[in-house]
Amino acid sequence: MSQSLRPYLTAVRYSLEAALTLSNFSSQEVERHNRPEVEVSNSSAELLLQPMHISRNENEQVLIETSVNSIRVNIMVKQSDEIEQILVHKFTRFLEQRAEAFYILRRTPIKGYSISFLITNKHTESMKTDKLVDFIIEFMEEVDKEISEMKLFLNARARFVAEAYLGEFVY
Amino acid sequence: MSADRSVQSIFKLTKAPIYSHCFSADKSILAITHENECLIYRMNDSSQPQLVGTLKNHDKTVTAVDISVHGRIITCSQDRNAYVWEPLSDGTYKPTLVLLRINRAATAVQWAPNGYKFAVGSSARIIAVCYYEHENNWWVSKHIKKPIKSTINCVSWHSNGVLLAAGGTDGYMRVFSGFIKGLDTKESVANSPWGDKFPFGSLVREAYQGAYIHDVQWRSNVEQVAYVAHDGTLNILDANNNVSSINAPDGLPFKTLLWINDNEILCGGYSRHPVLFSRASNGWKFAKDLDKGSGSAEQEPAVTSNGEDEEENQTFGISALRKFKELDLKGKVSTNTKESAHDNAIAGFVPFVESNGHVQQVSSCGLDGKVVTYNI
Repeated sequence: MSQSLRPYLTAVRYSLEAALTLSNFSSQEVERHNRPEVEVSNSSAELLLQPMHISRNENEQVLIETSVNSIRVNIMVKQSDEIEQILVHKFTRFLEQRAEAFYILRRTPIKGYSISFLITNKHTESMKTDKLVDFIIEFMEEVDKEISEMKLFLNARARFVAEAYLGEFVY
Repeated sequence: MSADRSVQSIFKLTKAPIYSHCFSADKSILAITHENECLIYRMNDSSQPQLVGTLKNHDKTVTAVDISVHGRIITCSQDRNAYVWEPLSDGTYKPTLVLLRINRAATAVQWAPNGYKFAVGSSARIIAVCYYEHENNWWVSKHIKKPIKSTINCVSWHSNGVLLAAGGTDGYMRVFSGFIKGLDTKESVANSPWGDKFPFGSLVREAYQGAYIHDVQWRSNVEQVAYVAHDGTLNILDANNNVSSINAPDGLPFKTLLWINDNEILCGGYSRHPVLFSRASNGWKFAKDLDKGSGSAEQEPAVTSNGEDEEENQTFGISALRKFKELDLKGKVSTNTKESAHDNAIAGFVPFVESNGHVQQVSSCGLDGKVVTYNI
């Protein structure tokens, strides 16, 4: 793990721990509804807390939007070239199509981010908070590794294909 | 179980979170909230409480429960209703709907000390003070509306039964008068340091905290009110408007508090273990953690159990052994951590054993579905 990744992940970890202090909160706008306040346009501003923005560099950022009963964690995965852009898009799309298996994964990311998690009080009540934080941190650690592995694999495969194909033309 | 021996007993009652629990006056009956219903347990000595009844009339999450000095149970729920459950001689309960006249969730409830009225906090930005009307044979309510701007999270009665403290998501802790003509007498608030006249609904005091107020509780004999907020503070307000404020040592906010005696307050919340604060000569101070789990394996030196391995090669093999053990534990719970009795946030405290205004044992309920009793 590189030298600057550690403090970045530590900052995310502590921010998440602080943000995951959710309560069961019934809507004060709509009768008999209990909805994640971070997801709905809200006329009561006090229910939304200050969002936390943690940025390692312009390509790797985390935005944690908090509210009284839900938080949204948006992760921008490093995309340094076009291949990585395609790979990240395919990879996150693959996960999002299986969002119900991940419980906290949001089906579409917020604009400008690669992947979003939505954690509500239902999740913190049924799962251990520190394990949820561990999961997101681990995801952030793994996803970079995964993408660069896929990129290496893709390059190797492309080279092999090119050699096999262009070998036809060698006299 | 734990080194500091503060945990008396742990009862894993449900899988769902317990938002509120309550004991009857003689501590023989335990009531807990459980999803859309309220479960009644009979306490046995030292063994698991025995389920004796289920109160189900609500169709949404029950948010709070309280038992009056007469044994009446009040439950309120996110379905906008509250029921008073009258105990019958055969051990069952007869529900009576309370005319709350609110159109949002009811969030908090507490009986007045005399057991003849109660206050219900709600998401409708209203506190309903309810009392029994003999002419109509019904529980009716009077509303406190102004100047509440957001959901009420908690309510607490002063022992005189008139002053009502409430806190909510608008960041204000407010003290109102819940004086009901015919129920309360002016003598009960004579010489009160909080004011001279207490007409119903009047705002007696207000303290701005700027963060959600999670819990508030009176200490009537010293005329102080303590409240915990989402910014991780415990605040104590007295009748002269002096506020003393202490930060949570773990940095995570508290959800509940309980006065142990005039000089000690127990708080609990997202850090999953109770924290004791005490009053020193120069203000309130953090006193101690109860039943604090150690965070990770590094903090507690590894003492592995089976003795034979250790004796053979105490210096040489141990580090390698530990390394492989830790490899093996990847993604799992480490063996060496000591966990707190609660696995999730503590949602509420009530006194369990009390003598002369001094609480000796506290019972807590948590979002992990456990009820735990602690020795102080």
